[in-house]
Amino acid sequence: MRKKQNSIPTLNHDSLQQEKRKEQLFSLGLSIPALISIVLIIVIPIGWLFSLSFVNSNGDFSLENYQKMIEYKSYARVFYTTFEVSVLTTALCVFIGYPLAYFLSQTPEKYAGFFLLAVLLPFWTSLLVRTYAWLVLLQRKGLINNFAIDLGIWDTPIKLVHNLNGTLIGMVHIMLPYLILPLYGAMRRIDKNGIYAAANLGATPAQSFWLIFFPLSLPGVVAGTLIVFILCLGFYVTPAVLGGGHVIMVSTHITAILENQFNWGAASALGVVLLVTTFIILIVLTKLLKLNNILFGKA
Amino acid sequence: MDALPIKIRSLTKTYGSIYALKSVDLNINSGEFLTLLGPSGSGKTTLLMAVAGFSRPDAGSVLFGEKEMVLSPPHKRDVGMVFQNYALFPHMTVAENIAFPLKLRKIKPKEQADQVNAALATVQLTDYSKRKIDQLSGGQRQRVALARAFVFKPRILLMDEPLAALDKKLREQMQIELKQLHRQLGVTTVYVTHDQREALTMSDRVAVINEGEIIQIGTPEQIYSNPKNSFVADFIGESTILPLTPNNRGDLCYSDSILYSAKPEFNNKNWALVIRPERLFPISNSENPKTSITFEGKIMEFVFQGESTLGIIQLPNSDQLTIRISPTIAASFTDFKTGQTIMVGLNHNDKILIPAN
Repeated sequence: MRKKQNSIPTLNHDSLQQEKRKEQLFSLGLSIPALISIVLIIVIPIGWLFSLSFVNSNGDFSLENYQKMIEYKSYARVFYTTFEVSVLTTALCVFIGYPLAYFLSQTPEKYAGFFLLAVLLPFWTSLLVRTYAWLVLLQRKGLINNFAIDLGIWDTPIKLVHNLNGTLIGMVHIMLPYLILPLYGAMRRIDKNGIYAAANLGATPAQSFWLIFFPLSLPGVVAGTLIVFILCLGFYVTPAVLGGGHVIMVSTHITAILENQFNWGAASALGVVLLVTTFIILIVLTKLLKLNNILFGKA
Repeated sequence: MDALPIKIRSLTKTYGSIYALKSVDLNINSGEFLTLLGPSGSGKTTLLMAVAGFSRPDAGSVLFGEKEMVLSPPHKRDVGMVFQNYALFPHMTVAENIAFPLKLRKIKPKEQADQVNAALATVQLTDYSKRKIDQLSGGQRQRVALARAFVFKPRILLMDEPLAALDKKLREQMQIELKQLHRQLGVTTVYVTHDQREALTMSDRVAVINEGEIIQIGTPEQIYSNPKNSFVADFIGESTILPLTPNNRGDLCYSDSILYSAKPEFNNKNWALVIRPERLFPISNSENPKTSITFEGKIMEFVFQGESTLGIIQLPNSDQLTIRISPTIAASFTDFKTGQTIMVGLNHNDKILIPAN
């Protein structure tokens, strides 16, 4: 870049600077509604939550809520379940989503649009509707058990819901688009000529996939995985309905505390811990995997 | 390394009802630099992709030497290829990119390193082996792609508009380098471009291709000075095409002057005259123009373009002539002003006859 000259000519300089400031102020003005909403909907409630977590039942400042989390084994189990469900859901999503995203990325764009619609259609349907739909399908006398028994695949109804199985099935279904979309995007961006070049240089189809395509698709896998994992950590509806009280994750536990004990302090503390854990995971992974480019859009 | 000849027979490829290749026959000699030249959509890239194995033709044969290749998958063809956008592997270094074909051929690591270094030296990138691809300029990427394409000593090298993304200066420099590299490697090279100047600069022979057919094939000189029809005349170099009319004896004339005396093949067909702008020369009033064909017209435009001056002349019948002369000559003629009348001449040797469409 050329260095700025020592002296800038004064011709129209002041009025041009004024114009520049006016434009900057105008763009700032445009963002004010968004800023106000963020403060109202996010900053204030989280701050309130945060302060509540440091207040005990008598209304005094204390670390009681956090101490309980360390002392009681039940809290550890809740966190363990949360991570277990999140990790399993994410892994299953990658397992199912990668081949699907690969198929989509290899389909000509005009047809891929149609298949992508098939991925997105459930995405646009209400979460609650989809969760209850799974309940209908998976329950003891539900469609799946009835069919399987009629066809003689198994004899007595299998417990598919109100346990980890049901929660995972529902969550994988709901999370899948969050994995497929960034992954599909990353795969589309992979230069087809690169794959051609690999073949031209002597790579079999399997070699070009593992040596070229797969490594280049990894940023997409990481981005999708991260989104799914973090969404899973705080997920509520599906584990609540399909877990049927047997799969207690942090979010469901928060509800339970509020409903049973009406203890805002304990619930807030749990929320704060979840938020902080999520942030730590995000920061550590970002540093570890050099994700800046993926998450903040630098190509 | 001995080069291989390529023999293409009745190669046909259709997309729906459209012919991308219409029964193409082409012999490429061993060690030759052949350019497929045509406008976009002419089928030149399809032809190259069929040779590389990426596009499956509907029918036809592609022989490398004596061996039928049309059914072989790309990874078994053993041809080097340079892609338009280079198609380098962004997750590998320069050296890893170039070693890729060697690794697949299970060459020992020690030999791999030697061959990679030799290839890097050939393309003058010795110090760049550890660089990532995104740390290279366009010209350097081009060289890496080239090194990767010839490092495994293929006997055929294919290039798909490899210089299209470079700016003009670098492109012209790389054209000369590619020509030298070809001489050094002696490998049969098929080069695709839409740039006629590039084709003339680099090739042993040029195959002009349009609408899936090879229109004309020959050395650059042959193609330039003897275009077969108006498409070739128009596509290669600048040209003015003037329609000729037969007189009652069957001679071909332009306005009143006889340009070609009657021949049997002139009957039942329309003919046209091709004039290369640089072959026209201005004639001052004092000169005797009898030895050449002359045209007189009004200057519409005279434009200084650096190495030459371009003029557009309107003839009395409102046909337009383009003339290109050196600025020195332009300066010595004081008549070269818009709106003035000028006389230009063309030597009989320089006239080109083509069938009119």
